[in-house]
Amino acid sequence: MPLVHQLDAAYAAAKADPAFQGELRSFLTHYVGRPSPLYFAERLTEHFGGAKIYLKREELNHTGSHKINNCMGQILLAMRMGKTRIIAETGAGQHGVATATVCARFGLPCVVYMGAVDVERQKPNVFRMNLLGAEVRPVTSGSATLKDAMNEALRDWVTNVHDTYYLIGTAAGMHPYPVMVRDFQAVIGQETKDQVLEAEGRLPDAVVACVGGGSNAIGMFHPFLNDEGVRLIGVEAAGEGMGTERHAAAINGGRPGVLHGNKTYLLQDHEGQITEAHSISAGLDYPGIGPEHSWLHDVGRATYLTATDAESLEAFMLLSKLEGILPAIESAHALARIGDVAREVGPGGVVVLNLSGRGDKDVATVAAHLGRTI
Amino acid sequence: MTTARIDARFAKLKQEGRAGFVAYVMAGDPDRDTALEILKGLPAAGADLIELGFPFSDPMAEGPPIQRAAQRALAAGMTLRGTLDLARDFRETDQDTPIIMMGYLNPLLSRGYGTFARDAAAAGIDGVIVVDCPPEEARPLAAALDAAGLSLIRLATPTSDDARLSVIVQGTSGFVYYVSVAGVTGVKEADADEVAPHVERVRKASGLPVAVGFGIKTPERAAAVARVADAVVVGSALVDEVAKAVERNELVTSAVLSKAESLAKGVRFARTGQPTKTTV
Repeated sequence: MPLVHQLDAAYAAAKADPAFQGELRSFLTHYVGRPSPLYFAERLTEHFGGAKIYLKREELNHTGSHKINNCMGQILLAMRMGKTRIIAETGAGQHGVATATVCARFGLPCVVYMGAVDVERQKPNVFRMNLLGAEVRPVTSGSATLKDAMNEALRDWVTNVHDTYYLIGTAAGMHPYPVMVRDFQAVIGQETKDQVLEAEGRLPDAVVACVGGGSNAIGMFHPFLNDEGVRLIGVEAAGEGMGTERHAAAINGGRPGVLHGNKTYLLQDHEGQITEAHSISAGLDYPGIGPEHSWLHDVGRATYLTATDAESLEAFMLLSKLEGILPAIESAHALARIGDVAREVGPGGVVVLNLSGRGDKDVATVAAHLGRTI
Repeated sequence: MTTARIDARFAKLKQEGRAGFVAYVMAGDPDRDTALEILKGLPAAGADLIELGFPFSDPMAEGPPIQRAAQRALAAGMTLRGTLDLARDFRETDQDTPIIMMGYLNPLLSRGYGTFARDAAAAGIDGVIVVDCPPEEARPLAAALDAAGLSLIRLATPTSDDARLSVIVQGTSGFVYYVSVAGVTGVKEADADEVAPHVERVRKASGLPVAVGFGIKTPERAAAVARVADAVVVGSALVDEVAKAVERNELVTSAVLSKAESLAKGVRFARTGQPTKTTV
């Protein structure tokens, strides 16, 4: 606890420090490539025949996803705290790559914990992390996926707390991580708000994002919380279907519990043992969800839908063909519901989808599901 | 109520001028019947208190030995209710050895704190240690345990400074568990000289006996810590015996109990020659 209190205090001080914020802004502009564009997806809009669909192009950030926003913020904080070693957990490898990237940029040693199962299915990202100088440690305990990687990173952190900073990639875990990660990702929603006002002269009717731990979604949602006319829609991974046990939808298929230092909706059995999540997308393959999403669900401010593996694959191919953009299979879950949302809002309306990552990393997965070898 | 069993045991240890030996075993490891045999054999092997782990799928404060023990227990079908049943069966033959359950919050939350506390008290449990429940979040659980007469045993660590200690020990009873190393169970080795001043600090802050655990694997190390602490906890070294015996197809119970016996001896005779040294 003293270590999370220390982190909490350090983050509060950094957040209030204009020099820290200025430095972060500068790196986001010149290194990450912000602001990311808000793109009117004309053909996708025509295809569904409903509201105008805009894509917030987070996949155009350096490293190809929104993950870098948070990594940049946290590594500046870690250095401010005098920490000299960085550890992280990763599922799909996107957060691991983003962490390895900022560690390379600032010359800090980096250890990334990754479930052995994920190491196997995300080999290109493992190699990418190695190229960036990070050590990837496969985790074989438990179900050998993201939650176990997080357990192992926590074990490392409590063992090496004197010099080590744990750079958590999603808006979950113990306080202050959910708040801090949200704040660093809120740049997505803030930019979106400005950009959509400029393009349309009004706020959107809905913003839509995929949700695993939920960092891209909370970053998009948070700046709109007080804009009651803006519907906030998260899309959870329904895996092989909500009627099966093979999904990763904590809100739609779980119940409240405590894991990794936060109380939130979790996939668990009737004994309170955490059960394995299943999704085609390694990045959504987590049995929990950020606690703020659970709260937004409970108070009814946000709505959480689901999309299956098959629906997401279809959406992946649709966006590739209609707009020339390969979405991350994670983001494709949100895309799988965007047609429903656009039609519900109807012509004359405006919806924004957060395209949180690019799909190059998923090409092999998609090919395998199509029965193709590449 | 039941906390009396913990107090009585530490009073007896004080009278005998020695530290207690706390044996940690995982409920249902490697299976229910063997775990019960081990439990029943522990007092005769020299265990003064028993920590009974209840398995959780994500034991993030544990090193590999106890992680694997939890996985074996879960695979063998052990549950929270099953853990209480084990304790109840143990109580048929032993009414004096305190049993402290140790584990993680979610299974308790899932059962409901009130129900769990009443069932645990009825099963003869004396205290509960919940690794992932900081004092800030402990009030509802502490209240339920309190109402059932059970202690919520708190954890203090090398990073707990005096300000933190005062928060940790608020409203606690029984004893305080001092985690002797920064890290997880069963990996680093505890250093008695480093531990000593912390034990003193925790005693002063809490007014309670202090049990030291994490990183104590050998009788020699246990003896060294027993010279400075009120009790010594060994877990990973015992559950490792389960793993080894299972692997070699040997008798699990005798392997664990003989290990417990050698550790208990280390603790029991640690202060021989200095009987005037008092604790607490």
